Amino acid sequence: MHLSMMVNKKFTAFTLTADITVSGDRVGIFGTSGSGKSTFVSMLAGLLIPDNGEIVLDGECLFSSSKGINLRPEQRRIAMVFQQHCLFPHLSVKNNLLYGFKRCPAKYRTINFDTLVTVLKLEGLLDRGVTKLSGGEKQRVALGRAILANPRLLLMDEPLSALDDSLRFQIIPYLKSVSEQFGIPYLFISHSIVEMRLMTDTVLFFENGTMMEQTSSEQLARKRIGNSPVGYINLLQLGQSRQVDGLYSYGCGAGELLISAGNEKSEALFELSSKDIMLFKKHPEAISARNLLKCTVISTFESGNRVGVELAYGEQRLIAEVVKQAANELNIVVGSELYAAIKASAFRRIR
Amino acid sequence: MISLAPSDYDAIRLSLQVAIAATILSLPFGFAVAYLITFVQFRGKVFLEVVVNLPLTLPPVVIGYFLLLFLGKKGWLGSLLNDAGMRLIFTLKAAVIASAVVGFPLLVRSLRIAMEGIDPQLINASRTLGACCYDTLLTVILPLSLPGLVAGSSLMFARSLGEFGATIIVAGNIPSVTQTIPMAIYEYASSPTSEMMALSLCLVSVAISMVVLYLHEIMAKKMARKA
Repeated sequence: MHLSMMVNKKFTAFTLTADITVSGDRVGIFGTSGSGKSTFVSMLAGLLIPDNGEIVLDGECLFSSSKGINLRPEQRRIAMVFQQHCLFPHLSVKNNLLYGFKRCPAKYRTINFDTLVTVLKLEGLLDRGVTKLSGGEKQRVALGRAILANPRLLLMDEPLSALDDSLRFQIIPYLKSVSEQFGIPYLFISHSIVEMRLMTDTVLFFENGTMMEQTSSEQLARKRIGNSPVGYINLLQLGQSRQVDGLYSYGCGAGELLISAGNEKSEALFELSSKDIMLFKKHPEAISARNLLKCTVISTFESGNRVGVELAYGEQRLIAEVVKQAANELNIVVGSELYAAIKASAFRRIR
Repeated sequence: MISLAPSDYDAIRLSLQVAIAATILSLPFGFAVAYLITFVQFRGKVFLEVVVNLPLTLPPVVIGYFLLLFLGKKGWLGSLLNDAGMRLIFTLKAAVIASAVVGFPLLVRSLRIAMEGIDPQLINASRTLGACCYDTLLTVILPLSLPGLVAGSSLMFARSLGEFGATIIVAGNIPSVTQTIPMAIYEYASSPTSEMMALSLCLVSVAISMVVLYLHEIMAKKMARKA
């Protein structure tokens, strides 16, 4: 996907200005509420007309104020997954799924209905009314409906914000795998850094109606450590566990991790805040934290009054944060060895 | 005991004919006006809303009189129709028009409430899934407006059954031609010897209204269950 968008849109109390050229199949749009993300995607989808400018997607001009071009939404082949599922309440699951498919010209129909239904595990739901579905099922149907329209670009406008945490992380693999499996590039809109890291490679950062920066989701997360109340969220994909004195022991990096919120499933995803990692220069004699990992510093970076410390524990990478003063006292430099202490209760299982 | 004269059966038939015709005639216009008011931004929208709702506040006799001026032999439309050999005044068509005008705001109001309840994002979703605006109108807006359509039609039908003031001015009270139930009751009530006949027609009127409201409730419940 190659998108070039140079547009302006003025509202009474808000003006959006975007001058963007971006390439990639997994692009994120990040910003706080009211930063202009939804306005931006509405203009791209053709649901909102810019005051002036030009939108070119994969070489085709969708909008140009100077040339008098404005393709209607149904001509753009850009499908959307909305914040609220937006399923048609008067249609069954099957008819919702087929809504876009039936309207897609035959030459663009490459996605097979049955394959998609299997991938999204919707087999048992097809004849149901959409009002009888759970939140996660509704969002899966909404995703399937958008994919079956065979779009050239998929816009996901905060599709996870209406779901609770456990559902959110259940849906993310579907969002990723479906668009990757069927070869549909996507623009993922969110105000969650974790979602951005899980879903995207390139991120456009919006603030007060202006695109401030184009960066990678990882860089964005690191830069925001200094301003974030939750710090940097480390995501740890861990395998099979075994029980040790009421805790769960997972093989990780060069050793093992003891986690209180574990389970006996073959795979689990945990998050760990950079704030929950305490660093020691030498081995502490006695400590209540159940995990003491001998790590090597592989990089450091500054954000506000904090220093982010990237640690290697075998193959596992962890980001910890300390204030500048502590970084100086501990003499944290690339290559130095540190002990990272982490409480067993600091890990939060998200899948 | 209900006793009905042959002319009463005509009045019942004519009342049903007028109510059905007025409701069916108004549906497309009511839908179009409700759509315009709900979804389209244009100058003069407030004026349109005032004009549509005017029959709710005006005495029906006033509406009848305006219709008489408009449709009469010397009226703007009446003279044109007269030249073409068509006469509306004092015919059943005039009764249908009077009922349609008086009941129109009720239909529009119900449709509008239903349309305002449609999530605009559903319309956006439909457009991004490849539906043009007419397609969206037929496959999203119309089905989701159905509860309003049913409610508005029932209200309008019931209002048409009871229409008197405007109808008597433009259609008169001609037995077996334009005499509907309310006018037949009026005629019986004016005569001191026809109390029972008036009461019989009143009971028929109550029965028809109850059937209409009962059907409306059943349909509304059915649609609510479906949703």
